[in-house]
Amino acid sequence: MSGRLRVNPIACEAHGMCAELLPERITLDEWGYPIVDGERLTPELIDHARRAARACPTFALLLEREEEGA
Amino acid sequence: MSASPSLTTEAWSLQTPMAAALPRILAGIPDHGAMDLDSHTAVHGPLPPDHKRRRRVESPLIGRIERARLGGRGGAGFPTATKLRAVWSARPPARGRAIVVVNAAEGEPASLKDRTLCESLPHLVLDGGELAAQAVGADELIVCVCESASASIRAISAAIAERDRPGGARARVRLVAVPSHYVAGQESALVNHLNGGPAKPTFTPPMIFEQGVRRRPTLVNNAETLAHIALIARHGSDWFRQLGTPAQPGSALITLSGPVAHPGVYEIEHGASLPSLIEAAGGTTAGVRGALLGGYAGSWIGKELMHGLALSNEHLAAHGASLGAGVVLLLSEDACPVAETARVARWLASESTGQCGPCVNGLDALAHTVEEIASGMAASRATQRIARLSSLVRRRGACGHPDGAVNFILSAFETFAPDFQDHARHGRCEACVSAELPLPVRMRDTAAAHELARAS
Amino acid sequence: MNVLLASAGPSAYWYLTRSTGAVALVLLTFAIALGVIDVRRLSSPRWPRFVVDSLHRNVSLLAMVFLVIHILTSVLDSYAPISLLDAFIPFAGSYRPFWLGLGAVAFDLLLAVTITSLLRQRMGFQTWRAIHWLTYASWPIALLHGLGTGSDVKSAWLLALSIACIAIVIAAVLARVIDGWPANLRLRGAALGGAAAFSLFLLLWLPGGPLGSEWARRSGTPASLLGHSHTTTTADGSRR
Repeated sequence: MSGRLRVNPIACEAHGMCAELLPERITLDEWGYPIVDGERLTPELIDHARRAARACPTFALLLEREEEGA
Repeated sequence: MSASPSLTTEAWSLQTPMAAALPRILAGIPDHGAMDLDSHTAVHGPLPPDHKRRRRVESPLIGRIERARLGGRGGAGFPTATKLRAVWSARPPARGRAIVVVNAAEGEPASLKDRTLCESLPHLVLDGGELAAQAVGADELIVCVCESASASIRAISAAIAERDRPGGARARVRLVAVPSHYVAGQESALVNHLNGGPAKPTFTPPMIFEQGVRRRPTLVNNAETLAHIALIARHGSDWFRQLGTPAQPGSALITLSGPVAHPGVYEIEHGASLPSLIEAAGGTTAGVRGALLGGYAGSWIGKELMHGLALSNEHLAAHGASLGAGVVLLLSEDACPVAETARVARWLASESTGQCGPCVNGLDALAHTVEEIASGMAASRATQRIARLSSLVRRRGACGHPDGAVNFILSAFETFAPDFQDHARHGRCEACVSAELPLPVRMRDTAAAHELARAS
Repeated sequence: MNVLLASAGPSAYWYLTRSTGAVALVLLTFAIALGVIDVRRLSSPRWPRFVVDSLHRNVSLLAMVFLVIHILTSVLDSYAPISLLDAFIPFAGSYRPFWLGLGAVAFDLLLAVTITSLLRQRMGFQTWRAIHWLTYASWPIALLHGLGTGSDVKSAWLLALSIACIAIVIAAVLARVIDGWPANLRLRGAALGGAAAFSLFLLLWLPGGPLGSEWARRSGTPASLLGHSHTTTTADGSRR
């Protein structure tokens, strides 16, 4: 099971919790909005990514699941 | 919305030896008013009837459009047959029948072709809409026109009434006015507006061809695209391909403006040369510094490259440009490309719908930096800041608006590099006060209004 | 039966309900303060955003836990005639009906906020947020409930605690108003005016109300319970 992260830029209100919880894949630009690396997530990062997506107050961070071998 | 006073809406057609078949879309266009149903039928023939097909069988029109290689004329150039097919196959009947939306919103300030079609050739557009509706199994056709285009509204309403007769169209047709904002004509913004929301883009998925107006599969096509469909249905794909290039067959409407004798809407075949288009428009009335192709999300072509330029996407791609919404905007030598870029960059920033942080902040910062460079007050690393901001803004909005703005600004820097360096060092030049590029004047945008008033 | 109970002294439930009520109010105050710190995006390297957000959610849940204990113990306690229904349906009880009823109103509002927060994922963000703002209404109602129903009001520590909580909540509201919330200017004026009016109301009402004489009788305590010593406090705040 793997996945990729995606931001809904309309819902995003720059709370910045995602970057705190997944600094390996998310950084904030100079205005506080997330720059998300859209590469496939490694197994070690999946749980952190899930937590980051759940922490977003506006549900702007989306974890899109992919089946193995997809 | 009003365009710069120098633009008129006379429509001429471009005659070249190969183009005995031109005019096509503009055939029989009246000098004033709209072509009525009888004249339309006399010029183009009756609307081809829809032959009964079995339920799951695809309409032959889609295959014909595919062979004709028709691409969307709203700016993106997306293959029209692919779009039709996507809406056609998106229908589980439970979700309701599909809906076709005619996009004549034309928020691009330098484009007049969709307005021309609606004002003068409404039946061609409505024919295309009806044929598309038959092809995707839609029972509703919605024509979206800019709320300030009163002539279009009148002409389309009258045309709808003319067609409303027994044995007439099977799809329900209605006209909806949409705001004149630049981004209001974006597909998801249009659908958002039709669903009762603001005319602002939405996040996808769900994709519009699956869930659009009232959550039904929705086909959004530019008015000109539908006009081409109306002709392909009558004359076939082989006829369509007799003009144009193998990669991009057929004809297209171009809005030509700037220092030419007769600016306006022209029909060309793809691949026609830019000099021949300018000649057909009566030639230039002043020296030309360059041409903006595609609109304010498009790219600049420098003066040196204009001579051999062929107007088709494959040829323009080599110069990093495309036809986009069919806009060719010439910039005279009396204008300052740096000041014009700053004006348009500021306008593009103000046209952000404000939904996405990177767009709102990024476009504002970009416009600010360009303005600083234009007035010679830029910090030493201003050009690097432009490059950095551009990469920060690209693909981080919900729609293509920030990407288009970045494209415009970066191409201006590349094409007019000496002018930008000059301004960065020495500040304003004498030509800075002229404001040639057309921008809409709106009540709240008083700064631009004063500028335009001073220029005209 | 009543006489027997009265002479047995106040039960453990009675102490529990009063203490958990006070704790719930304090926790709700902190929840509001943390919520404002959260939405104002204040953070430091030691207190990252996700910690502030987590803290806000957990403190709020803890407040609800204490609130539920507060309600259950008040029902179980046989001294005052409070039924479980009185916790949900306001103003229908027989013990200080108005002031108790305010507690039910506050509880109902907080129930709505809690349930919608636990089920956030199933509703639109705007809907969730609109309901979440009910917390600003529930807090003053809860405070008035405490001041009107509570039997410790005259004690110095509870008064001091109440004043501290009021100050924190007013500071929280001001912190948001200064930042430009609510966006609608009229609502913002209303928020400011509401906070000022509420403070003024307390200043004017408290001396002649709960801090005044015979408040137990005036607030609607059933006659059979009046005159018992454990509804009053001695000057040093100790219980008899």
